[in-house]
Amino acid sequence: MLKFILYRILSTIPVLILVTFAVFSLVLLIPGDPAVTIAGPDATVEQVAQVRERLGLNRPIIVQYWDWITGALQGDLGTSLFTSRPVSTSIADGLPVTLSLAVMALLISLLIALPTAVISAVKRGTWIDRVATVGSSLGIALPSFWLGLVFVLIFSLGLGWLPATGYVPITESPGQWLEHIILPALTLGIAGAAESTRQLRGSIIGVSQQEFIRTARSKGLREGKVIGKHIFKNASVPLVTVLGLQITALLGGAVLVEQIFGVPGLGQIAIQAVTTRDIPVIQGIVLISVLVAMISNLLVDLTYGYLNPKVRPR
Amino acid sequence: MTDTQKSHPSGEDRMATEHLRSSTSNEIIDQEFMGPDAPQASGLPGGTTAEEVTAAVVHGGGVWKDFRRRVGSNKAAVVALCVIGFLILVAIIGPFITPDDPNQQNLRAVLLDPFTNGHILGTDQLGRDILSRLIVGTRVSLIAIAIAIGVSMVIGVPIGFVSGFLGGRFDAVVMRVNDALMSFPPLLLAIALVAVLGPSLVNAMMVVGLLMSPRFVRLVRGVVIGLKEETYVEASRSIGTSTGSIIVKHILPNTLSPLTVAVAVTAGYAMLTEAGLSFLGLGVQPPDASWGSMIREGFLYYGRSPWLGIFPGIMIAITVFTFVTLGDGLRDALGREERKE
Repeated sequence: MLKFILYRILSTIPVLILVTFAVFSLVLLIPGDPAVTIAGPDATVEQVAQVRERLGLNRPIIVQYWDWITGALQGDLGTSLFTSRPVSTSIADGLPVTLSLAVMALLISLLIALPTAVISAVKRGTWIDRVATVGSSLGIALPSFWLGLVFVLIFSLGLGWLPATGYVPITESPGQWLEHIILPALTLGIAGAAESTRQLRGSIIGVSQQEFIRTARSKGLREGKVIGKHIFKNASVPLVTVLGLQITALLGGAVLVEQIFGVPGLGQIAIQAVTTRDIPVIQGIVLISVLVAMISNLLVDLTYGYLNPKVRPR
Repeated sequence: MTDTQKSHPSGEDRMATEHLRSSTSNEIIDQEFMGPDAPQASGLPGGTTAEEVTAAVVHGGGVWKDFRRRVGSNKAAVVALCVIGFLILVAIIGPFITPDDPNQQNLRAVLLDPFTNGHILGTDQLGRDILSRLIVGTRVSLIAIAIAIGVSMVIGVPIGFVSGFLGGRFDAVVMRVNDALMSFPPLLLAIALVAVLGPSLVNAMMVVGLLMSPRFVRLVRGVVIGLKEETYVEASRSIGTSTGSIIVKHILPNTLSPLTVAVAVTAGYAMLTEAGLSFLGLGVQPPDASWGSMIREGFLYYGRSPWLGIFPGIMIAITVFTFVTLGDGLRDALGREERKE
C-alpha cells in the first residue's frame, strides 16, 4: 500500500508541472502584444511599458514561470491589475464561500442519487427504473443556471419563502447562511445528482452481472443477502470515483450558479476578472481550482487503491 | 438479464492493467460512453464476438448494414434521431420560416406576454419576436455543437489512434498530457481561455472542443489497444496481412460504434457548455442570439417578464435530453448484443 501511495503521489508531479505551466501560459495566448491588450485601447506608451514591466513580460517565459510558481508556493500569486489587491487575498475571501456551496450541493446530490440509483438498479427494467432514468436524463439536460432562475421565480418571487440573492457567512449566522445557500446548492446539486445516479446505477448493474453474483445466487443465497452483501459492497467502490468527479464538475458549475444568486464566491471573482482581463486573478483562480480538483482526485485514487488491491502496482 | 454471456475471458486481466495505466476516475467517463461493462467492452464495441465482426467484414459493407439494423431496432434512438433531424431542418430553413424578422425592434411592444398582438411567445426587451429568435437561435446553437465536436474529434481521434497503436513511450507521454487536461474543471478553464482569446462563439466552441478532446483520445486508444490483442487480428497478421490493411479492415470499422455513442454524449455536454458561456456573455455576441444568450437577456428582466428566459431554457433542455437519450439508445443498440433466441 505504501508503494502505491508513493507511486501515485510521484506520478502526480509531472501532471502538476504540466498543469501549472498551462495555467501560466494563459497570458501567452492573448492575441498580439499582451501588454497592449491588457493596458487597454486608450493606454499611453508609458502605461503599456508599465504593464509589461509589472507582469515581467519582457523576460524569457521560463524565467517568468519560475518566478510565478515559486511565488505561488509561498502563497504569493501577484496582485490584481485593477484593484491592486493581492490575488491570494481575493481567493481567500472567495474560496470558503464556493467550498461551502459545493459541499452543500454534494450532500444534496448524494441524498438524491444514492437511493434513486439503488432502487433503479435493483428494479431494473420496471417502470420505477424507467422513471428514474428519464428523470436523471432530464436532470442532466436542464441548464443549471436556467434551473436557478426557475427556482428564484417559484420560491423567492412567487412564494416568498427564500431570499433570491445574497450571502451570509456561516460564521455570522448559520440560520441565515442556510437560507441563502439552499437554493444555489439545490440548483447545483440537481445536475450532480442526475449524473451520479446514472453512473451509480451503471456500476451496480455492472457488478450484478458478474460471475460471482451468479455463483452466489446459484448456491441458494437469499436475494436480499446477494444484493446487500455482494452487490452493494462491490458497487460502493465506484461511489468514491463518482465523488471525485463531482467535485471537479461542481467547481465549474458554481461559477454559473454564483452569478445567478449573487453569491460572492470564486466564480464571481473569476467573472469580474474575465470582463476586465485581469490576468493574474484569472491565473490564480484557475490554479486554485485545478489544485482542489487534483487533490480530490488523488484522494479518490488512494481510497480506490485501499478498497481494491488489484489497482495497486505489483 | 443476468444470463448474458461475457464474450471476453481476457477482460479481467485487461481491466487490471488498464487501471495501472491511468487514473481510475477516467473509467467512469468510459462508462458514460460505453455502458456499465466498459472495461470488458473496450476490446470490441460491446462484446461482438470475433466471428461476428469477421463475418461482417467479409460480407463487405456489413459493418454499415449491421450498424443500421441495430440502431433501427432501438425505438428511443430512432425517435431521438428524428427530433435531431427536425432541429437540423429548422436550423437550415429557420430564417425563411420565422413569423417575424428576429432582429426587428419595436420599442412600443416590448416585453409582451405570450399570445399578444400575434406574438405567440411574446416579445423581448427590444420588442423582438421571441419565437422568431428561438428559431434563428437553433442554427447558432447547432453550429456551436458541430464546431466543438469537430475540433475535439480532429484532435482526439488521430492522437488516440496513434497512441493506442504505437504504445510505449509516446503513449505514456500522451496519457500524462491527457490526465493533465482532464484534471481541469472544464467550464472554468473554458471561461479563462475565452477571456484571454476574446469572447466570440467560434473561440468559445474551439476551446470547448479542445477541452473535450481527451475523452476521444482515451476512447479511441482503448478500442485500438483492445483490438490489437484480439485473436482474429493476430490471425490476420499471421497470414501476412499488412498493417495498413489491418487498420482499414479490422480496426477502423470497429471504432465506429463507440465513436457514434461518444459524439451523441459529447453533443449534449457541448450544448450545455455553449449555453453557459453564452449566458456569461462569453459566447455568441449580440445582435446574434443562441438559446444560452437569450437566457442571459431573460435573466435581466426575469422579475417583469419571466417568459423571456423560460422558453430558450426549455429548448436547450429538450435538445440535450434528446442527445442524452440518443447516446443511451445507441449504446444499448451498438453495445453487447443480447441474443434473443
